[in-house]
Amino acid sequence: MPGITREEVAHLARLARLELKPEELDHFAGQLDDIIGAVARVSEVADQDVPPTSHPLPLTNVMRADEVRPSLTPEQALSGAPAQEQQRFKVPQILGEE
Amino acid sequence: MSDQIIKLTAAETAAKIASGELTAVEVTEAHLARIEAVDEKVHAFLHVDREGALAQARAVDVKRERGEKLGPLAGVPLALKDIFTTEGIPTTVGSKILEGWIPPYDATLTKRLKAADVVILGKTNMDEFAMGSSTENSAYGPTGNPWDLTRIPGGSGGGSSAALAAHMAPLAIGTDTGGSIRQPAAVTGTVGVKPTYGAVSRYGMVAFSSSLDQGGPCARTVLDAALLHEVIAGHDPMDSTSIDEPVPPVVEAARNGSVQGMRVGVVKQFRGEGYQAGVVQRFDESVELLKELGAEIVELDCPSFDLALSAYYLIAPSECSSNLARFDGLRYGARVGDDGTHSAEEVTSLTREAGFGDEVKRRIMLGTYALSSGYYDAYYGSAQKVRTLIKRDFDKAFEQVDVIVSPTTPTTAFPIGERADDPMAMYLADLCTIPTNLAGNAAMSLPCGLAPEDNLPVGLQIIAPVMKDDRLYKVGAAVEAAFVEKWGHPLLEEAPSL
Amino acid sequence: MTTTTDLVSYEDALASYDPVMGLEVHVELGTKTKMFCGCSTTLGAGPNTQTCPVCLGLPGALPVVNATGVESAIKIGLALNCEIAEWCRFARKNYFYPDMPKNFQTSQYDEPIAFNGYLDVQLEDGEVFRVEIERAHMEEDTGKSTHVGGATGRIHGASHSLLDYNRAGIPLIEIVTKPITGAGERAPEVARAYVRELRELIRALGVSEARMEMGQMRCDVNLSLMPKGADKFGTRSETKNVNSLRSVERAARFEIQRHAAVLSSGGTIVQETRHFHEDTGSTTSGRVKEEAEDYRYFPEPDLVPVAPAREWVEELRAGLPELPLVRRNRLREEWDVSATDMQAILNAGALDLIVATIDAGADAASARKWWMGELARSANESGTALDELAITPAQVARVTELVAKGDLNDKLARQVIEGVLAGEGTPDEVVEKRGLKVVSDEGALTAAVDEAIAGNPAVADKIRGGKVAAAGALVGAVMKATRGQADAARVKELILQKLGVEG
Ligand SMILES: [Mg+2]
Ligand SMILES: [Zn+2]
Repeated sequence: MPGITREEVAHLARLARLELKPEELDHFAGQLDDIIGAVARVSEVADQDVPPTSHPLPLTNVMRADEVRPSLTPEQALSGAPAQEQQRFKVPQILGEE
Repeated sequence: MSDQIIKLTAAETAAKIASGELTAVEVTEAHLARIEAVDEKVHAFLHVDREGALAQARAVDVKRERGEKLGPLAGVPLALKDIFTTEGIPTTVGSKILEGWIPPYDATLTKRLKAADVVILGKTNMDEFAMGSSTENSAYGPTGNPWDLTRIPGGSGGGSSAALAAHMAPLAIGTDTGGSIRQPAAVTGTVGVKPTYGAVSRYGMVAFSSSLDQGGPCARTVLDAALLHEVIAGHDPMDSTSIDEPVPPVVEAARNGSVQGMRVGVVKQFRGEGYQAGVVQRFDESVELLKELGAEIVELDCPSFDLALSAYYLIAPSECSSNLARFDGLRYGARVGDDGTHSAEEVTSLTREAGFGDEVKRRIMLGTYALSSGYYDAYYGSAQKVRTLIKRDFDKAFEQVDVIVSPTTPTTAFPIGERADDPMAMYLADLCTIPTNLAGNAAMSLPCGLAPEDNLPVGLQIIAPVMKDDRLYKVGAAVEAAFVEKWGHPLLEEAPSL
Repeated sequence: MTTTTDLVSYEDALASYDPVMGLEVHVELGTKTKMFCGCSTTLGAGPNTQTCPVCLGLPGALPVVNATGVESAIKIGLALNCEIAEWCRFARKNYFYPDMPKNFQTSQYDEPIAFNGYLDVQLEDGEVFRVEIERAHMEEDTGKSTHVGGATGRIHGASHSLLDYNRAGIPLIEIVTKPITGAGERAPEVARAYVRELRELIRALGVSEARMEMGQMRCDVNLSLMPKGADKFGTRSETKNVNSLRSVERAARFEIQRHAAVLSSGGTIVQETRHFHEDTGSTTSGRVKEEAEDYRYFPEPDLVPVAPAREWVEELRAGLPELPLVRRNRLREEWDVSATDMQAILNAGALDLIVATIDAGADAASARKWWMGELARSANESGTALDELAITPAQVARVTELVAKGDLNDKLARQVIEGVLAGEGTPDEVVEKRGLKVVSDEGALTAAVDEAIAGNPAVADKIRGGKVAAAGALVGAVMKATRGQADAARVKELILQKLGVEG
């Protein structure tokens, strides 16, 4: 398994929306490299013909009827908002695509 | 008087309140006074809801006066891990990113506690987002172990275990993703149960790793844990992963402890390098005790358990990287950098950078890595295969035995700060508890003595198959009774006074 | 948006290249509640009034699947001739976006509920083109952002944005075609016909109103060109959220011309998302991404697999309505109309209204005549949709009945309809209030005819002399005298009879 570079940590941080400081990049690169080096052991089973388990219990088809339940009041919905305006969550300018 | 009240078990307290010997208000006040007296040193609570607790206690007393039916734990105080939402009461999950957040809704578990007339004293300290084994990762400072305040109380639910061990509450709630109920119970000399996955609703429990997280009861006795288990377990239509079956008869089992004729497994992978001598010694004595009590001991080989820790540290971070994406500073919680010069995207990155601690960031990045294209199959995919192998090992084991026993943790409580900069060393604390989370079955930790070398509590882990949680209590109650008889008193009485 | 794009003429583009299209259509289901929570989906509610811990992504909240959402997905899959998965899961698509409360979309990834199907679509001239369907999967919609401070309410130049999460979590079905090849110059027309056919099908299934203008149905147009004779697809562009049938066609056409211009000048197409502009009919490049998207899909651990029982699937299959194309062909035959006329009926949105009018007792020709004539005109004038006019198919049927009985003639019938549309009541009430009955009293008619003959002796003579066509003038006089309330056919009969001429 390849080691984790500072650049890779920077890439991961961008994907995960973490504005890491330069010293953190180095710090985490070392630690992540250690951890990944250790847990990479799981790939020992990669070529075994074993089905994956994504969930501990074999439940299926858990669904609810299409019946309306009470919503929160807008006051409750917005109660934790760092900023609000016109009963909406107020956020800084969005740069992403429309 | 107050001193005697706080030493009572939950079962005794409930009985005295029901009979009128004590009022719920008296009981609550005694515990609030205890918190006032010792929590400055212990730091088990992040928030004490004095008014709410007393109001709930008064309601119980009124109910009793009116002759209305009381719940089995009516008026008994409880310390709630700060990971369950509580309407109108702050919920931080031990993180700065949720500082000041007051949820507009109650978790299902919170609702059930209230409906059972349990008195919620407050919210307890924890590793941030339940990531850790020491409670040192709390953004609000560490919790001390009442046995030795310079040592960790376990984690992530160290606040709950410390509250129990310091007699600030007879009952507590924990959550267990990789051992966060059992490991704190082990190192504080208390009882903690991770029920079968899906037995206790996760609705309103802030998610760390959805396929592993499970809430459960913490107490000072096996019977108390069972009484609480019965209150919080059961199907919840708001949680799609909740089991729609009757709760196993845990209280009945706890009242009828016995291991006579039971087959008890000892897994060869749960010992060796990294295990403290005193821990192994107490564990071996426990196995001897089980034999004396009439159990048949069976040696088991579960080879895939050696890969459990690795699989866990891929699955849990992967799920957490996604679960924690919602903390973006836009709808609730902290917001950093909204000064008119930063975009929403930048504010999100700045908020997450400032709001999350190192361990959380580490796991988010680890999970982001494990799920990213090109690595998914080798890491996340393989980890899920390991999970299948671990389930198979358990299935095979439970064909031969009724329960499995092991040490809960490889070592006793370590000093605060000792492993803070060594994540891998920290992760080893969950070596024995993790396989159960991956497979989804049930497990308990209860005290089995003090390690001779440091006089700190050692936990015995009992593991049962899926939805056979009652077996934990049957075996646990028998072991507990035998130990108390042998020691002449409950283990906690040996803890130094605070 | 002032950058001009080089284009080559459509004909030149098609002379050198073959277009390959992929269409991704998102349909908002018309369920009462959201996909994973019990919040109402009613349109027009105040901001953030239809939200809960689940659809706001509050810490601790968990999703539960809407059974009707799954049922609708299966119905759509079956109607698209798809296989229905025996077992499938939801997955998380991870990316940050302020409209999306959890910062992942609960969607399906490699295990869609429906896959491998096709939809036959009919072009304007009646030709049928088969579009292969890759998959149809379930997912959830995002919230809605309003950009404040910018001149046009767009992102650019905005000082801040306001978020309303009422729409967050509304069930979506995403339907993805396989690459559509071989349509040649008709590719844009195929795109339009496909989306229209899909819309008709969704409506016929009753799972959504699929109103594109309200965002209930949105189309992403993927397009690439390959040199004629080549078999390797070129690099594609993805034009997002095209919101009308006409725009789908225009966007495809524009991209063909743009791609051709780039390729024929030796350039390369960058894989990117593009935006379509209704005003100019052109597309512009979306924000260039610094790094490739990595959605880090993994199975949604908060939900359990969906494993639709085969009996349930068969039950749903048996309950499917007649599909639009089949129905249209049947009706076209029954009504004996041309493909072009049928297309006009469809375009006017009159098909279901005509069928309902026939069901209410009208004959097919009359029902068609009124909806495509008088009523279409009226709708056009008032700028409303046909089905929003203040008249019901049953009322139109009643008018045709009155005409058939001879109680009304066409002219009077038009006045009745005008009255109904003006809110004067039912057809019978309008007839009553406006006094619009055809004069059928033979005595009164005969008197009026006699008067007309007496007043126009020269005309009467011509008719007597065999010039039957001249009767029109006398009919006109009688109609005038009776203020239009006579049955013109009967009047003509009486005139000819009086003048001793055989009709
Ligand atoms: Mg999609
Ligand atoms: Zn909702």
